[in-house]
Amino acid sequence: MPYTPDKPKLAESSDELRARIPGWGADLDPADRPSVPKEQFDPNLSGAHWEFPERQPEKWPRERSIEHRFLTPVFGTSCPPKGLSGVIRRYSYRRFSEGRAAHWLLLLAADRVDAVESTLGSFVTRRPDNPLTETGVRSELTRHGLSSRLRGNRVDRVHHLIDPVLVAAPWVLAGGAAYLLLRRALGGRHR
Amino acid sequence: MRAMVYRGPYRVRVQEKDRPVVEHPNDAIVRVTRAAVCGSDLHLYHGMMPDTRVGMTFGHEFVGVVDEVGPSVRNVKPGDRVMVPFNVYCGTCFFCARGLYSNCHNVNPNATAVGGIYGYSHTCGGYDGGQAEYVRVPFADVGPSPIPEWMDEDDAVLLTDALATGYFGAQLGDIAEGDVVVVFGAGPVGLFAAKSAWLMGAGRVIVIDHLDYRLAKAASFAHAETYNFAEYDDIVVHLKKITDHLGADVAIDAVGAEADGNLLQHVTAAKLKLQGGSPVALNWAIDSVRKGGTISVMGAYGPMFSAVKFGDAMNKGLTLRMNQCPVKRQWPRLFEHIRNGYLKPSDIVTHRIPLEHVAEAYHIFSAKLDGCIKPLIVPNAA
Repeated sequence: MPYTPDKPKLAESSDELRARIPGWGADLDPADRPSVPKEQFDPNLSGAHWEFPERQPEKWPRERSIEHRFLTPVFGTSCPPKGLSGVIRRYSYRRFSEGRAAHWLLLLAADRVDAVESTLGSFVTRRPDNPLTETGVRSELTRHGLSSRLRGNRVDRVHHLIDPVLVAAPWVLAGGAAYLLLRRALGGRHR
Repeated sequence: MRAMVYRGPYRVRVQEKDRPVVEHPNDAIVRVTRAAVCGSDLHLYHGMMPDTRVGMTFGHEFVGVVDEVGPSVRNVKPGDRVMVPFNVYCGTCFFCARGLYSNCHNVNPNATAVGGIYGYSHTCGGYDGGQAEYVRVPFADVGPSPIPEWMDEDDAVLLTDALATGYFGAQLGDIAEGDVVVVFGAGPVGLFAAKSAWLMGAGRVIVIDHLDYRLAKAASFAHAETYNFAEYDDIVVHLKKITDHLGADVAIDAVGAEADGNLLQHVTAAKLKLQGGSPVALNWAIDSVRKGGTISVMGAYGPMFSAVKFGDAMNKGLTLRMNQCPVKRQWPRLFEHIRNGYLKPSDIVTHRIPLEHVAEAYHIFSAKLDGCIKPLIVPNAA
């Protein structure tokens, strides 16, 4: 009880727990755990044979946080910035530090622009985006979709319908816009 | 090669992609034999993590065989079976020299607040991940380790993040003999944190979630006492009642950015992206741990602000400890625990899915279908 000095008694003693649970107390000594102390200075432990690593060639102007003094010697090259989303990303990195909400909000906006650009771009490739296969929604039929969702007291049921709306909304809006544009173009020709 | 590729929120596919090449003298190219989807991959999949670009290959939990090495690599060679920590790190920067491998300053130009992580957006360095047939592994002399002969590959892949992170989370709780430990989240990291809490001498381990099948796993795998928060009007009050109104000594947040339990928090964070994450589990941890207690945060949050109850944390004199796990630091001890039979990580694996069906893997893991706890991805070349 918090109102008196002693800690509440446990239902099982340490000996009982040791007997019941494999490995109980194997790391009992708080000083003998791998992450204790937090900082353990030993620059030779890691297997590295450099003090500062050789630099990876920079094949295009690599965007970087303005909180860095220079481009880090090694970096990922997964997806160079491209299109309008790339312009937004570069601006965000150039202008705002990690401490500014604008930096992250611009990057999130760029992510959404990237998705639209890439999806539109995919329609002029041999492999257009396919929301049915890419969302894995087929597994609703093969992996007990309905029964998994209805079983028990899942609290996430209340927002399950938001996900399909989030996924489908851009496609529905784009379809609607395309339809309106087409109708206007055809209407203009008939007039 | 075949690789998982992100196409936009809630959309991934497998497609042909150029095989990665050596870009730095200490790079290795690893042929992936087993990968996993992590709960934190779902934050990318749901479009929550800033600078997640279309075309990126996710996957920071993987093991494989070294296929090629750069000219300065000494510690691994082609043909070696290796496990690769999810951290990309140089080994010698200020932070690595002190064992903080997850905080390396030499591998992530995009941000100084976070180190490098395979397949985890450009905010974490822009490295492609291991849900593919091949992956580039920088600093091959530092990160990868040979998989011990006696170790199962499915156990090895879980050591690259989930087990190491759960074990690390229990350590950050500073658990003393007889402590009451409450773990929020019965996903892979929560299960491993609960199991690890016993190794550190916990006197009672409680796991909270809303998915009954995961709570059942917490009871059987981690010997935990379990409660489904959906069955209680207020889980914090319930936790107070079952701890004699003192509260737990230690709380571990193993949920992170997409926590359920408060619709406003969940929708503003996970759906509308107006917060870095939904801190429901973290706030419950703050409220349910005893005054002077410790909270360990293993759940991943985005870099934006989140509505965390810091006033209560301050008033209660709590210690909040957190970090991305420096994985390799945990390995020698975890190898011992696995060898001694104290831990069998692959017991939590529920699905083994071919790389070609990666979209289904993401969907069932995200929507919690089919009793999914941990899906592994098996590349074609495995």
